[in-house]
Amino acid sequence: MRIKAVDKAGRALGLEVGLTLADARARVPDLIVQDHDAAADADWLDQLAEKCVRFTPMVAADPPDGLLLDITGCAHLFGDEQSLTEIVAAWFREIGMTMCSARASTAEAAHALARFHQGAVRDEQAAVLGLPVAALELDAESDLGLRRAGLKTVGAVAQRPRAAIAARFGAASVLALERLLGEAEGPLNPRYAEPPLILERRFAEPIANTDYGLRLLRELMEEAAVKLAEKDQGGRAFEAVFIRSDGLVQRLQIETGLPTRDPQAIIRLFDEKMDTLTDPLDPGFGFDSVRLSIPRTEALRPNQTHLDGERPGEGDIAVLLDRLSIRLGRHRVQRLQPHDTHIPEKGQIGVSSIAARAHTPWPIPKAGEPPARPLHLFDPPERITVLAAVPDGPPHRFTWRRKAHDVLRYEGPERIASEWWQSKRDPLGENRLTRDYYRIEDASGHRYWVFRHGLYGREQVDPDWYLHGLFA
Amino acid sequence: MRESAPILSALRARLAKHAPDLAHSNVQGGTDEAPNAIALGHAPFDDYLDGGLRRGQLHEIFAGEGEDGGAAVGFAAMLGILAQGTGKGGAKPLLWLRSEEAQRRGGRFHGAGFVELGGDPAALILVTVPDTLALLRGAADALRCAGLGAVVVECWGNPHLLDLMASRRLTLAAEHSRVTALMLRPGGVPAPSTADTRWSVCAAPSRPLEANAPGAPAFDLTLLRRRAGPAGKSWRLEWQRDRRFFHQPIPDSGREQTLSGAPLSVPVGEQAEDLQAIPLSA
Repeated sequence: MRIKAVDKAGRALGLEVGLTLADARARVPDLIVQDHDAAADADWLDQLAEKCVRFTPMVAADPPDGLLLDITGCAHLFGDEQSLTEIVAAWFREIGMTMCSARASTAEAAHALARFHQGAVRDEQAAVLGLPVAALELDAESDLGLRRAGLKTVGAVAQRPRAAIAARFGAASVLALERLLGEAEGPLNPRYAEPPLILERRFAEPIANTDYGLRLLRELMEEAAVKLAEKDQGGRAFEAVFIRSDGLVQRLQIETGLPTRDPQAIIRLFDEKMDTLTDPLDPGFGFDSVRLSIPRTEALRPNQTHLDGERPGEGDIAVLLDRLSIRLGRHRVQRLQPHDTHIPEKGQIGVSSIAARAHTPWPIPKAGEPPARPLHLFDPPERITVLAAVPDGPPHRFTWRRKAHDVLRYEGPERIASEWWQSKRDPLGENRLTRDYYRIEDASGHRYWVFRHGLYGREQVDPDWYLHGLFA
Repeated sequence: MRESAPILSALRARLAKHAPDLAHSNVQGGTDEAPNAIALGHAPFDDYLDGGLRRGQLHEIFAGEGEDGGAAVGFAAMLGILAQGTGKGGAKPLLWLRSEEAQRRGGRFHGAGFVELGGDPAALILVTVPDTLALLRGAADALRCAGLGAVVVECWGNPHLLDLMASRRLTLAAEHSRVTALMLRPGGVPAPSTADTRWSVCAAPSRPLEANAPGAPAFDLTLLRRRAGPAGKSWRLEWQRDRRFFHQPIPDSGREQTLSGAPLSVPVGEQAEDLQAIPLSA
């Protein structure tokens, strides 16, 4: 394990990036180490980029730890370039980030100056030429080769004939040099979120008629459908906002499982949503305006209809599921996905049908075996009293819901150990206990799934028994 | 595309006039039409029901007694799996509507258990509804959606909203869309309804495996009522998960006979026929 990043205090103690953890611990025994989480870093950088839109609309993330802001034509809004830099620095200080910044005429030059230049930049050209060759960010071999050849600065490399550099260190090194010097174009990939589609109707006089408001909503939806169709897009989430003249804002939000732009279908979903409201849509002294916004859109290509008319299929089902999700709440309409654990009641995740996309395959049972898991699981498992041989015999007779059953056949135990690495507590009590599952059949042919909770003598003095499910 | 629709329908009408059978069969072939009945696989059973449970109808499934809830739920799941079929586009989705009361009393739906019966949870949509009204509304909406393979409606006991009118509504919706409705009612007692068939499901002793382990799921099915014919017959069937059909279990030993009080409804001669089928399925 090596050190990926150090903070200021760490650097003061002489630690540096690339040092092995053992060496670092030898130097500083009480070192605090966190695992490197690249995804979280990227996510944070993305969030910062989103926030930086306040300075300029052209913001690009420069992973792993940089942001590029194209401030062309924006600086005057903050005074001048210098004061803009100060404002950005102050903002970063405020949110607790340490920032090194540089301004330059190209993104690459700014990138290099921020990392490799110390002190204020007076003359950009001279500063770039004075940078060490590391600023070219070539691979380690080329970097070493350049330095061995006595080319210590960018300026020194720039003076050499380009053809010779390309022959010795590859075309990429020349391209990097030209970009740094501003001779070649380097594209910037700005983070640019498309603004959500918002349509609004404002009224000269407040309208006190809900039906009229809904009719306007339909008109807005039809307009939005045209705009979405132009871009080959469909909405996944829609919001209707009714703003009353007394300032009350009523919102209706719907979501769909598949992108759609069919006004009829969307209005039907809004109707469905309205039926679920505990307080009906109340115009009060009248609505000032009606607004429709589509915050989430996805690509939706026009569909080829079949020659012999519409065919029932995916689309119909998606509409049905959307309606049910809106009527009942999205947590009630679910698709099941497997979850990687051996504890039976935790072995699945119910994903809302609106959110579910990828199908995770379920493990396929072994051919020729009877079902090893019941279709319904009691939640929580039901306590039963069992007559069984100690320490680990199968159940002979058990009492469930005040009725005694004689066990005729059994299979087991299937031992499922507790997940001690998760947490100390067991779903069924204080300590984590091992479960011994038995598939049993009683004299009348009913099949049950029961388990002994805890190992006799080792985990429990007198283990409890539970009935976890009924087999078909 | 829109403009051509009337022309197309006019052409289709002309075709139908000249060759009614041909036009009809073309449409049938084009829409991937499933057979009219869900065959369970056991020949005497399917013959008695003229091919199996009719599609686009309401079928009621009751549990024999308290402990048979698991068997009734399992039987409904198996019928659902059969109704999903394995067509061109894979299995059609199965929509399973449950009331919260059924979930509280019968237990949580377990995807791994559905896999163990031969189903695919990826083609299953589970809807939990707060009350009977929402259950019936949801079921009626779902039955209008022709893309579904089957709709299982599970409720507990005898809710007063579930009356003749409610079942009539479900039947009409099912007939129109040709989606099969399975009304699963563990803990309920039969009441007048428009269901095509009504079943009572009891768990039956399974054929033991090695070391006396419980075997494949077996049921005692009783046809309590049937709209289009006589009822009152009983069968003992076993579910073959790997090949997705029911067959009649042949007792391995005499012990089986003494255990099950219920006599088998099928004469000995028919059992002999089944014996030949067994090596394929066992």
